[in-house]
Amino acid sequence: MSDTDYRRRGYIEIEELKKLGLIPPKDRLEKGPVAILECPEQIPCNICVPFCPTKAIQMERIIDIPRVDWNKCTGCGVCVAVCPGLAAFVVDLSKPEADYVTLPYEFLPAPVKGDSVVLLNRRSERIGVGEVIRVWERNKTYVVTVKVPKGFGMEVRGIWVERR
Amino acid sequence: MEAYEGESIAIALYAIGIDVFSWSPKLGRPRGPLCMIGKCSSCFMIVDGVPNTKTCRFPVREGLRVERQRGRSTPPPEPIIDEVESLEIKTDVLIIGGGPAGLEAASILSKSGLSVVIVDEHFKLGGQLLKQTHKFFGSVDLFGGMRGFQIAEAYVKNLLSQPNIRVLTETVVYGVFRGGVVSAVSPGKHYLIKPRAVIAATGAQERLLEFPNNDLPGVMGAGGAQTIMNEYGVKPGERALVVGSGNVGLIIAYQLLQAGVRVEAIVEILIEIGGWFVHAAKIRRYGVPILTGHTIKYVVGDSRVEKAVVVAVDDKFNPIPGSEREYNVDLVLLAIGLEPDTRLHAQVGALMKYIPELGGLVPLRTRELETTVRNLYVAGDSSGIEEATTAILEGRIAAYSIVSKYSDGEKAIAAEMELDKALKFLWDEYRSSPLLSRARRGKELATVSKEEMEELRRKYPPPVEFG
Ligand code: SF4
Ligand code: SF4
Repeated sequence: MSDTDYRRRGYIEIEELKKLGLIPPKDRLEKGPVAILECPEQIPCNICVPFCPTKAIQMERIIDIPRVDWNKCTGCGVCVAVCPGLAAFVVDLSKPEADYVTLPYEFLPAPVKGDSVVLLNRRSERIGVGEVIRVWERNKTYVVTVKVPKGFGMEVRGIWVERR
Repeated sequence: MEAYEGESIAIALYAIGIDVFSWSPKLGRPRGPLCMIGKCSSCFMIVDGVPNTKTCRFPVREGLRVERQRGRSTPPPEPIIDEVESLEIKTDVLIIGGGPAGLEAASILSKSGLSVVIVDEHFKLGGQLLKQTHKFFGSVDLFGGMRGFQIAEAYVKNLLSQPNIRVLTETVVYGVFRGGVVSAVSPGKHYLIKPRAVIAATGAQERLLEFPNNDLPGVMGAGGAQTIMNEYGVKPGERALVVGSGNVGLIIAYQLLQAGVRVEAIVEILIEIGGWFVHAAKIRRYGVPILTGHTIKYVVGDSRVEKAVVVAVDDKFNPIPGSEREYNVDLVLLAIGLEPDTRLHAQVGALMKYIPELGGLVPLRTRELETTVRNLYVAGDSSGIEEATTAILEGRIAAYSIVSKYSDGEKAIAAEMELDKALKFLWDEYRSSPLLSRARRGKELATVSKEEMEELRRKYPPPVEFG
């Protein structure tokens, strides 16, 4: 497997994200909500940096890969809302009953709290059903927190709201 | 028929299901919308008796008579407009093209107190920003995070508040004469413009691909479909195949999904996805397959695409027999790259160079973006294909170069500092991304030093100059 195999597939594996240092350590993941930026290439973008309220995202040059200081990150989800690449997610693996994933959504109908939604992984496989816990909107991007079955927090990266 | 105010004729027709606009001269084959930004001839119709009218650039009006055109058609026997108003305009700067490069330049130049005329052939300013509904990358001071059409709105609002700017929409520049006089026309008006400097930010057109039946309505530029869907809110079709996986192809696939169009696949002839990973991940998450090592073989249909056949290719790009797949689609969107629209620069006599990395023929220029024609600047996609953020930066560079020339004292010094800042950011930071290395190499090949430029001007004296 070469370093940039994801450029052939169009999706990235967790192992590749780990190798790039984009996944928080286990103990941090178990502590509470934290951001994961699945942004592995040196693209000219730094939008997430100035918007992060706790200044947790670091980048020297505009083409650097964004690095999250996991200890500063509160999991607020602002980066999820502003990232033009829709590459920012917040996961919360700290609860015993379920995992929680906060992700961007730009389709209609807009998700509503309480909706049950189809859960999609990075390659669009339907891996289960989740419940919408919270929705807020910023410049037409919905930031949606879904409750997903325990163990799915690192897998779910998309949802599909069926037409009501 | 009924239409919404602010729509073009082409859109109003497409919205009610009319996709054949004319028939070709020799074989009588159906023609439908292709580029939708005034760069091709696919949307020609007879409007109020005038043939060859670009309906994508013609706003709807009460009582217009629109007819399908057969072949070349003949011009009307009588003049349509009896009186043409002739206007002579003197201005510091003429900007040709109201896209991101032109708008950024206009806002800097007008703020600096220089008089500005900005010309665009569309009936509104914004260029291709108007159809960009995705959020921009870059940094916040370059509008990163805003959606393209919001950037256009912000520019236009800002420009309208400036007293020293004149906006000429629905206006086409058709020639430049000795003495540096630029001529332009709009319905009922003729302009002779005498500028001290010109920024020609004329954009780009989409590339076409050869395959059987590629002229059927439904085969469209990806940008054309973006105009239909994002600028006017009309669904371009029901089921689509996208050809090309650069950023444009990936972004259009996502936008089609948002519009409720089923995207069967993206085909990419290379073994790797062309665009940025984050764009690819967005559509893979929502189930669009990206078939690398595949290309389109042909499409079939009666008066519109009904089916597309794709085929795998070997490492020499030869089709592999037996690997064909069929898709029932009514849209085939070509996203295989753009070509700079530099007809104006070439016509004026700027020295041109063919640079494949930049998409075709572009004018040679200094780092400040001045061509061999003195005081003719190039900026944006017409200087070589990149993207909107670099177009904004190039518009900024050309504008500050002009301000530093045509003002003095502190203003000139401040402009020089801004010029330097923009140049450094563009070359040393933005274009240092490995994902932009091809375009960067192209821009390097197109850029010459001041000394080389003077040498070129001596060797190949251009027929005109401005100043
Ligand atoms: S979740 Fe909030 S605190 Fe954490 S990186 Fe994103 S914006 Fe910053
Ligand atoms: S805003 Fe998104 S795309 Fe831009 S650098 Fe941050 S994570 Fe990457």
